[in-house]
This record gives sequence, C-alpha cells and structure tokens, in this order.
Amino acid sequence: MELNDLIHHTGEWLKGTGPFGHIVLSSRIRLARNLTLAPFTNKAGKKDMEAVLKAVETAIGSIDQFKGSVFFRLNELDNVGRQFLVERHLMSHDHAASPQGKAVIVSPEEALSVMVNEEDHLRIQVMQSGFNLDGTWEIMNAVDNALSEQLPYAFSPEWGFLTACPTNTGTAMRGSVMMHLPALVMTRQINKVLAAIAKLSFASRGFYGEGTQAIGNFYQISNQVSLGHSETDIIQNINGLIRQIIEQEEQARQALLVQNRSALEDKIWRAWGVLKSARIISSQETIELLSIVRLGVDVGIITALATTTLNELFIMIQPAHLQKIDGKKLGAAERDIRRAQLIREKFQAA
Amino acid sequence: MKCNKCTKKATVHLTEIIDGKVMEMHLCEDCARAQSQQMEQQFGLADLLAGLTDFGKHVPDVQQAVSVLKCAACGLTYEDFRKFGRFGCAQCYVAFKAQLKALLKKIHGASVHLGKRPSREISLVAVPQPSLPGDVAPPPQEDTVESLRAKLQAAIVHEDFEQAASLRDKIYGMEGRS
Ligand SMILES: [Zn+2]
Ligand SMILES: [Zn+2]
Repeated sequence: MELNDLIHHTGEWLKGTGPFGHIVLSSRIRLARNLTLAPFTNKAGKKDMEAVLKAVETAIGSIDQFKGSVFFRLNELDNVGRQFLVERHLMSHDHAASPQGKAVIVSPEEALSVMVNEEDHLRIQVMQSGFNLDGTWEIMNAVDNALSEQLPYAFSPEWGFLTACPTNTGTAMRGSVMMHLPALVMTRQINKVLAAIAKLSFASRGFYGEGTQAIGNFYQISNQVSLGHSETDIIQNINGLIRQIIEQEEQARQALLVQNRSALEDKIWRAWGVLKSARIISSQETIELLSIVRLGVDVGIITALATTTLNELFIMIQPAHLQKIDGKKLGAAERDIRRAQLIREKFQAA
Repeated sequence: MKCNKCTKKATVHLTEIIDGKVMEMHLCEDCARAQSQQMEQQFGLADLLAGLTDFGKHVPDVQQAVSVLKCAACGLTYEDFRKFGRFGCAQCYVAFKAQLKALLKKIHGASVHLGKRPSREISLVAVPQPSLPGDVAPPPQEDTVESLRAKLQAAIVHEDFEQAASLRDKIYGMEGRS
C-alpha cells in the first residue's frame, strides 16, 4: 500500500455504520507509550530516534493487527503528503511539522495507526465508526498487549505508563468521541452542555484537531484524567456522559421538528441548494453547510444522500486531499473551484 | 540564623551553584514564598505546576536543593521541567520522585496507577542505558558529563559544596562552557 492508494476512499471509521451514527461520528482511543531504550523524544538525538523507529518497525512485523500496514517515514513524504495524513486524522499537526526522525504507521482500513517519535515514542490510535468506545478499547488492548511483548515499555507499578507530559501519566489513555450536535447549537443549548463537560473534567474540541474551533457543529469529547482509574472505568465515565449528550441532542432535534419544522426544512434545503449549485466555495462554508445537510439526512428530511457520502466529504474537501485527488499543487482560489466541483459531483450522483 | 532579606529567623536554606560558586541563601518563610513566586513568574510556569513550591505546606528546616535537582540520565533539571512541563526520560520520574506525588495528585486527583500493566515489566530503577547502535560508546572508566552530574547531585545532597563546585567546573569544562 502507498499513500496514493488511500486517496479515493476514506477510513472504515467514517462509514457512519456504528451505533448512534446519526449523532456520533466516531470513537477513538489513543495510548501513549515510551520505550526504555531511549530518552523521550524531546531529549532524543538522531540515533535515539532511529533506534526507536527500528525497534517499532521490527516489532510490528510479527503482530497480526499490523498485517498490511504501511510504515511512512515522514521525511520521505512531501508537505502535501504529510498534510494529507493529518487531514485523515492519522497524525497530529505537531507530528507533521517537524518530520525528521518521525514515522506514522497506518493499517489498511485506517482503524489502527501509530505515530512514532511524536511527544511520546508511541502514540497508538484506534478509531471505530459510531459510539463504540468499548469495542475500540478491546481492539486497542490487544494491540497494546502484543506490542508490549516485544517492546520494553517505560512503566512504573506506582505511576503506570511514563509519558513526557505528566497530564498523560498513568493509563496514558485518551478516549474520545466525535459528536455532531447541530440541534444543540441551533437551540442555543450548546454552551450549557460544554460548561457541564468542562466541570466534569472532560475536554471538548473541534473536528479538525486540537485547538480548532468547533466548526460544522462537531465536538470531540474526551477524558482529561489518566491516573487513578482503570482504563475501563475511564471509558465507562465517558460513556455515561456521551449517553446524556446524545439524549439532549435527540430532544433538541425533536423540538426543532415539532415546533419549527418549516424553518428547519428551509434551512436544510437552502444548504442543499448551495452545495449542489456553488461554483466557488471555501472549506469553512462547505463544512457549515454539510453539517446542516447531514442533520437533514439524520432526521429524514433528505433521503437521497447517504451518511457515508457526507462523512467522506468532510475529509475530501480539505486542501491536501483536493491536491492529492488532482495530483498537483492547487492555490487557495483554485481549490475553492475544485472543491465546489467535487461536491456537485457527489451530490449529482445522489 | 537570620533571614538574608529581613530580620526574621531563617527556616529555608537554598543552595545554588552559580558560575561554579556555591551560593547559599537563608530565608524566612515569608521571604522564601515571595522568592518562589518571583521564580515562578520568571519562568512562566504553567498553571498546573504552580503551587508546588508552597513552602508553607512542608515547613522545611532542611536543605532545599530543588534549584539544582537534575535527572542524571538525561540531564533535565527540575527547573526546566517546571518551565516546559515535559520530562526528558523515564528516569526523570525517579529523579523527581519527591516532587512528583504532589504534582500528579494536583493534575489527576490521584497519584496511584490502577490501570493495566505491560506484558513485560522492566524495573525502572535498574533501567539499563545501553549504548545505541552507531553511538560512540564513552570509555567506561572515564567520567562522562552524565556521571559527573550524578556525582554533583550526590555532593549537593551530602552538603559537600566544595566538591560540588569542582564537579560543576568539570562539567562546564567538558561542555565547552567557561
Ligand atoms: Zn525574610
Ligand atoms: Zn531524565
């Protein structure tokens, strides 16, 4: 598999097939692990980083879950290639920013990926469609066990897995759920929900990564605390919170449908109309309109479009993806034209 | 002993080595707290690291060598850890053990791991530091900067300041600093 093989489809986690797929886009678990054979990445020299790369590359060779995976050394990819992997949620902006001595491992369905020599030696990620943290953890736990058979993890019985940042120490686990909450935004209840999340020491951020605003009504909710609870306890806590938010979003959707159906339909069909007709469109506008159309599909007002198509568009309309599809560099103005064309194609096919 | 900054009784004793000279500071509790606040501002500490130098809590009538606390394996000082909020290696957790319990408790509300264990456990204290493939291994008998740092740490702990100053000079020499 090569980078270009990924272009024309998206990861398994985007299929929209998982539980509560009409509100929860995906579930993700990330584990941080360090190896005792080198200092942490921020203190690691070239040789240290190379030793980690080699050890990991060797280890995954004999692990079933990594069968068919690709080991991308970041310095062997160009800027667009690296950005492309960031846009697919396979690695962080920080990881892409300084590619020397770094790698990312991607499984064929993209459900499993590993950043090597990010802030920690290993940042293992498992993503699944819909609200399914339990299933995600099951996969992750097995992968982590297999890796720990082969690699000397930095671990202390007292403090757990030792990470570069003390906020990750312990389980070194971050579980997160990507939610689409347009009705809570439209009914102006979202700030109340976010305040409650913060109070319970969970974090929320946008679809397009750390520090991004919640455009397109997407909110990624994750645990903050990683020490003093078992992995499954942490996951149960997140699950409880997510169930409540799902219920509130359902109620808000019902309220919109019952009390304000015409206004909602108008909003949804206008968004549909613009996406189907526009000749020039920015990613910001696209994401906002796609979110409204997705709500239309979720509540049954639009039936001609599959959730999968919409989910994929959220990824495909990003700059590096447009350039990969065309196989050439595109300036911002060219991308806005190309983006509008791609959306029309997908909507026409519907 | 009187406080260096006012006339109250000094209960906090700080040791710093600056330019190879041992600087001792004797402070009362109030001045020590003011000093630690000044240090925090100076180093632009993250919020979550603040409050750790709460001298009032562990009323110390002992030598405070925190200012030169350093991980012997990777060379990260505790100061630098507080400044950047990142450890340099697994051994940092051993080197800063005394300070960490409070920090982890502050972040997570707990300081004991209850999660899974790796299939293969490696004792942290005995972590070998193997020379990596391709690295030039240092001659085993001679002092390395790393081993000197460990000795320096020990000298400070044992209040052998003369020895500490000479070790610091040696380290500076090896690092090409004057
Ligand atoms: Zn004083
Ligand atoms: Zn260290």
